Amino acid sequence: MGLLTSLKESITRATDRLFSESDPKRIGIYGPPNAGKTTLANRIARDWTGDAIGPESHIPHETRRARRKENVEIERNGKSVTIDIVDTPGVTTKVDYQEFLEFDMEKDDAVRRSREATEGVAEAMHWLREDVDGVIYVLDSAEDPFTQVNTMLIGIIESRDLPVLIFANKIDLDESSIKRIEDAFPQHETVPLSALEGENMDEVYDKIAEYFG
Amino acid sequence: MSQATGTEANGVQIDLVSGERMEGLTSMEKIRMILDGVHEGKIVILEAGLTPDEESKLIEVTMSEISPDEFSGIEIETYPSSSSPDSGFIGRLMGRQSPTSKLTVIGPADRIETLHKDETLISALVSRT
Repeated sequence: MGLLTSLKESITRATDRLFSESDPKRIGIYGPPNAGKTTLANRIARDWTGDAIGPESHIPHETRRARRKENVEIERNGKSVTIDIVDTPGVTTKVDYQEFLEFDMEKDDAVRRSREATEGVAEAMHWLREDVDGVIYVLDSAEDPFTQVNTMLIGIIESRDLPVLIFANKIDLDESSIKRIEDAFPQHETVPLSALEGENMDEVYDKIAEYFG
Repeated sequence: MSQATGTEANGVQIDLVSGERMEGLTSMEKIRMILDGVHEGKIVILEAGLTPDEESKLIEVTMSEISPDEFSGIEIETYPSSSSPDSGFIGRLMGRQSPTSKLTVIGPADRIETLHKDETLISALVSRT
């Protein structure tokens, strides 16, 4: 029974792929916590659909469920590209509720947030393995990019042959260094931007259309 | 696997796992071996690292085991994989899951702190408690 079910699921997946060529590609927005993923997702969604995707916050793990915005149509150079944007929870290998206590949170709330955050990270990894067609990897350009989470995630993305663009976010900050990110991941194109201030969004949309169109 | 020191003796136990030992294990057995060791407060050093798929599953399983005041997750360090020849298109075409020939250090998140990391050097501080 299990074998039959598994076989049926495999055939369904293969059929779905065969007939899904014209479906919008699902582009996952990935990166460590607090890189500005939701700010970017909201910026893109607002620019092209008028709606936001989710709440933004300076407290880590604000996004604890993957959220999808469907049919975002981006127009570039007379052509249009339609994608689904998937805003994912920040990926990490550790979550300690005590981190949230520093943001004046009660212990019960901090524990709940940490539990939801761990579920969110697992969900993000599942999406990456099963359900995205391309990745926008967002990094805070004011932070050191040589972290294990970044190394592992880029490795996982590469192993799945997914197209990936690296976005060096928060270039409005004084400590921002685009070169540090370019040096860390020279095999991928790095696009500088400030999702918060809307800086360099023209290049962002050009690259999205080029890579995921 | 080293059994020379124990956490009971107020030290830090380090398990150096050979590539040969890892070769005979399935992905879940590798992940279980790593996390069981980390739960016991050990530092696990793998001569041959994990494949990207295994790393992805390690993150998922780690998340499912995090528990307030008991286990806050893992710290894991390897060198960046981008410079490895195995990670290129040809390597993937030949069916190689990009590089496992990289030293990997894994320990409890509350006991390892990475001091410095770049393409060629990882410097970490391991505490006893």
